Amino acid sequence: MADALLKIDGLTKRFGGVIASDNIVLDVNRGELHAIIGPNGAGKTTLISQLTGELAPNLGSIHFDGADITALPVYRRSALGLARSFQITSLFLDFTALDNVALAVQAHAGHSFRFWRDTRTEEQLRAPARAGLDRVGLSNRADVVVANLSHGEHRQLEIAMALATKPRMLLLDEPMAGMGPEESARMVETLRELKRDLTILLIEHDMEAVFALADRISVLVYGRVIATGAPAAIRANPEVRTAYLGEQEAAGG
Amino acid sequence: MTAWLTPRNAVAVVLVALLALLPFYASVTGNYFLMSMFTRILILAMAAVSLNLIMGFGGMVSFGHAAYIGIGGYVVGILAKEGIGSGFVQWPLALAVSGLFALGVGALSLRTRGVYFIMITLAFAQMVYYVAIGLDRYGGDDGLTIHKRSTFDGVIDLSNRTLFYYLCFALLLAMVYLVWRIVNSRFGMVIQGARSNDRRMRAIGFATFRYKLTCFVIAGVMCGLAGALLANHTNFVSPAMMHWTRSGDLIVMAVLGGMGSAFGPVIGAIAFLLLEEGLSRVTEYTNIILGPLLLLVALYARGGIDGLLARVHRG
Ligand SMILES: Nc1ncnc2c1ncn2[C@@H]1O[C@H](COP(=O)(O)OP(=O)(O)O)[C@@H](O)[C@H]1O
Ligand SMILES: [Mg+2]
Repeated sequence: MADALLKIDGLTKRFGGVIASDNIVLDVNRGELHAIIGPNGAGKTTLISQLTGELAPNLGSIHFDGADITALPVYRRSALGLARSFQITSLFLDFTALDNVALAVQAHAGHSFRFWRDTRTEEQLRAPARAGLDRVGLSNRADVVVANLSHGEHRQLEIAMALATKPRMLLLDEPMAGMGPEESARMVETLRELKRDLTILLIEHDMEAVFALADRISVLVYGRVIATGAPAAIRANPEVRTAYLGEQEAAGG
Repeated sequence: MTAWLTPRNAVAVVLVALLALLPFYASVTGNYFLMSMFTRILILAMAAVSLNLIMGFGGMVSFGHAAYIGIGGYVVGILAKEGIGSGFVQWPLALAVSGLFALGVGALSLRTRGVYFIMITLAFAQMVYYVAIGLDRYGGDDGLTIHKRSTFDGVIDLSNRTLFYYLCFALLLAMVYLVWRIVNSRFGMVIQGARSNDRRMRAIGFATFRYKLTCFVIAGVMCGLAGALLANHTNFVSPAMMHWTRSGDLIVMAVLGGMGSAFGPVIGAIAFLLLEEGLSRVTEYTNIILGPLLLLVALYARGGIDGLLARVHRG
């Protein structure tokens, strides 16, 4: 409790009649991998978007490393070390993979009011970008235009982009969505690596992955956190079983 | 390096060479009309190049870009009428006023996207258009004749047609080079990133608005210079310079030439204006032919002429 990197308190978000976040109270501890599970439409993406600042909550507060960030714009939160990956892949499709990551590096390498030098010759941007691609296993695809990469590669690039901003905390929105078993296994390995250095909030439908990786799990249903606890406790929780785990097989994600 | 010898670059080099030699041809044949026509083409090409910076690279489709031509031109014209003939005063002021106008328009329009952005930029340009019509002291609807070109004592004599042509030629090349540098710089990557995916740009930590606004102002200033040149070229300014159809023409030039490269709009401007000139000799319904033609280019030749040349290379 004392060592929460991210503190969410009373977060509420309404879309007309829909309550997408219903008085959410949640701490993510430093160094923890905290997973959020819940059926489709539970409000998981909406929660992440409020954490990054893309959506403003109706009520409640968000503290990151002790500072109130509830009203900060997106780019300022990024500067503080919060990075997200998108559930629906959100990349620069007409750039190469390397350019994508280099742009993320550039975002945190001083201002960009630099008009003259060819940025593709700047080793201080290219080298970390190449390292980022390497980390997610995409180094051999560096010069491919992103529109021509596979879905799985897009998901990996999503992670590389988030990492390139040198975050302290990653918010990952279903990084394995639409992946085959092989790609999923590779992503689990990547996340296991990242877990050593970073605090991670992971939204994922792949239960096997979640239970393998998470230190703690929170269950979100209709915008409410109905349970938080260690994987074993969540698995055993009867409310969770009826609300989510039981119907998960049928819904399939 | 044969990598440089693409059809695309070859066309650019040939075009630049022809433009450089055109005054010789004019003086040998005495065809000064041609040189005058191409002076205008060079100037409008500058406007198209500047528009392409925001539209092609930045995704900011401004439907009011001709306003800067008008503003640049009117600053020169009004100062000339008030007895201030020095280009050292006229031109910096023309650029400054254009830049300020761009700052205002950009600040109010760049938070919107798509059609809204197009409409707001158009609305501002129309506002300037009607302001110019209301300037009774400066000719109102009829426009204002400029009796003397800007003077740059001891530097260049703009009344020399050949010198003026080469000045425009040099400025156009400088502008293309500048745009090329900009789009490959850190700043340019931000601009292109914002075009490609503004949301992601903010998520990775860019305050995109201020970069887009800066880019918008740079383009406005560049186009203001084109306006100052056009006023000097025609010795005349009028509201017609910034009629919304002129803004449309600039968009067409950029699209026709190819928005993906810094040089593309130069090709587009030459092609468009020559086509317009040629068609106007055989028919008065130039738009009826030009319109569908451009539609075809937009639909089938994505990337414009420049894009076609690039594809020729790839086979
Ligand atoms: N921009 C929006 N406008 C209106 N309703 C929205 C919007 N975004 C999400 N919702 C609604 O909020 C609820 C939660 O959505 P979401 O956060 O995407 O769920 P999840 O990511 O858990 O599947 C859903 O009922 C969804 O329809
Ligand atoms: Mg979601």
